[in-house]
Amino acid sequence: MTDLTSLTLAEARDGLRAKKFSAVEIADAHIAAIEKAKALNAYVLETPEKARAMAAESDKRLKAGEARPLEGIALGVKDLFTTEGVRTTACSKILENFVPPYESTVTANLWRDGAVMLGKLNNDEFAMGSSNETSVFGPVVSPWQRKGSNAKLVPGGSSGGSAVAVAANLCLGATATDTGGSIRQPAAFTGIVGIKPTYGRCSRWGIVAFASSLDQAGPCTRTVRDAAILLRSMAGHDPKDSTCIDMEVPDYEKAVGKSVKGMKIGIPKEYRVEGMPAEIEKLWERGRAWLKNAGAEIVDISLPHTKYALPAYYIVAPAEASSNLARYDGVRYGLRVPGKDILEQYENTRSAGFGAEVKRRVLIGTYVLSAGYYDAYYLRAQKVRSLIKRDFEEAFKQGIHAVLTPATPSAAFGIGEKSGGDPVEMYLNDVFTVTVNMAGLPGIAVPAGLDSFSLPLGLQLIGRPFDEETLFTVGHVMEQAAGPIKRPDPWWS
Amino acid sequence: MSIDAATVRRIAHLARIKVEDGEIERLQGDMNSILGFVEQLKEVNIDGVEPMTSVTPMKLPMREDKVTDGGDAKKVLMNAPATEEGFYLVPKVVE
Repeated sequence: MTDLTSLTLAEARDGLRAKKFSAVEIADAHIAAIEKAKALNAYVLETPEKARAMAAESDKRLKAGEARPLEGIALGVKDLFTTEGVRTTACSKILENFVPPYESTVTANLWRDGAVMLGKLNNDEFAMGSSNETSVFGPVVSPWQRKGSNAKLVPGGSSGGSAVAVAANLCLGATATDTGGSIRQPAAFTGIVGIKPTYGRCSRWGIVAFASSLDQAGPCTRTVRDAAILLRSMAGHDPKDSTCIDMEVPDYEKAVGKSVKGMKIGIPKEYRVEGMPAEIEKLWERGRAWLKNAGAEIVDISLPHTKYALPAYYIVAPAEASSNLARYDGVRYGLRVPGKDILEQYENTRSAGFGAEVKRRVLIGTYVLSAGYYDAYYLRAQKVRSLIKRDFEEAFKQGIHAVLTPATPSAAFGIGEKSGGDPVEMYLNDVFTVTVNMAGLPGIAVPAGLDSFSLPLGLQLIGRPFDEETLFTVGHVMEQAAGPIKRPDPWWS
Repeated sequence: MSIDAATVRRIAHLARIKVEDGEIERLQGDMNSILGFVEQLKEVNIDGVEPMTSVTPMKLPMREDKVTDGGDAKKVLMNAPATEEGFYLVPKVVE
């Protein structure tokens, strides 16, 4: 029998319906794989009993011919999604014992459709990071290693646990969130597919908030088709999130396999940044050639405010974070460290409960919102944000269907390599992904090849608002052209 | 523009985060590095540009003004560090 953990989500779904194996067998195979993969530190909480119970229910449904869209599909959940009765920490000490009495809408949608929960996945604390090194549970280790070296590499972040669980076959797919690149950058670093849908496509209700005008949930999977399947279940209107759009969710899988003939693909010249490795440039060129060969028209475009997206993000995101994280006060939930009065209790609690990166961002956010600085920083950044969005609108007005860019400015780096120094150096990882959040657009990262050290590299496609379907169509064409990636041998098990 | 140690202390207090004397220098360096990075936004001509208030052009939905949830104090309090008789417990605030 084939290893049930190496199936794609679509293969598992079809095999379950054809009764080739059972949902309990799928769950058990993954539980065993997770057990052997502790060295990767992808899961922060395993829920094997829950998984087996959910799988048993799925088997009943399958037997009765009442299979739901994701019946028996074993998934991992980023620890930013609240799960009823299952500890949810955002990988922060301040929430280390938090057990939510409610379920996030996105995960509730997945369970409604028959999916099975394997456990909670590691991430950067409060999703603040680009390497998954800021988690209170310690860093996630990438399954990938440089050719001829066993140095441990980061998987990217903040959804590092989600990306690694998918890349190392520890689940059939995973939920993730993306505020500045937190789905697409780790997807690119680990050779998998990750899509951040349009702002408002998925409900944010029950997701631990980082920057509310930028946060959006999306799936991590091994194929474009799998991402289409999973997003269809995750997305949808939710009255509990007033920014969640009331618009029908298309059957995204139908977009997979369509032709790109006649589509216009924009190539923004501003994404050719200084110091970009030649390999990234070559990869981008290859992507252009694949789409041209498939019948798309390649059009040079300009997005003039691209370089200002990252600095504007580092005002908007910390400002929103400092407001959102004000709720961690040691009173209603989470850690409490006593003091001589309530003020000291707040200060002690937040000092002990937040890690260094979170403190840094809360402080920056507090500063840019403080009296006398609001106009110079926050208001200006929000105006620049309008300009960034306008750049994309102009391009789409020219008839561009999707924009092709590199996903990251480099391949994965080593654990500890960038976390000790200037915080801005780490932030630069998100230079190609952050524009998409600032403009609220959908973006997908698709594996496109390996670099000279045999590490995966990804390309990004940016779409029109609520046109995820085009991203799945074009992404699938690139995936086919790139061919299957040789995944790393499981040195961890 | 760069910020001094006193500003770091003031901001940390506003953010209700205790910082030790030994941390100030590092925090000051980090904050100045980030503020230096965002400085480049000053180059952008923002004359006549409206600040973004909503990334998707949508009207906030209205709903009927009625109670949809609640009435479960036990659930609300279940994660609280200290409670008494169905209330959150905090150190004395008013003398």
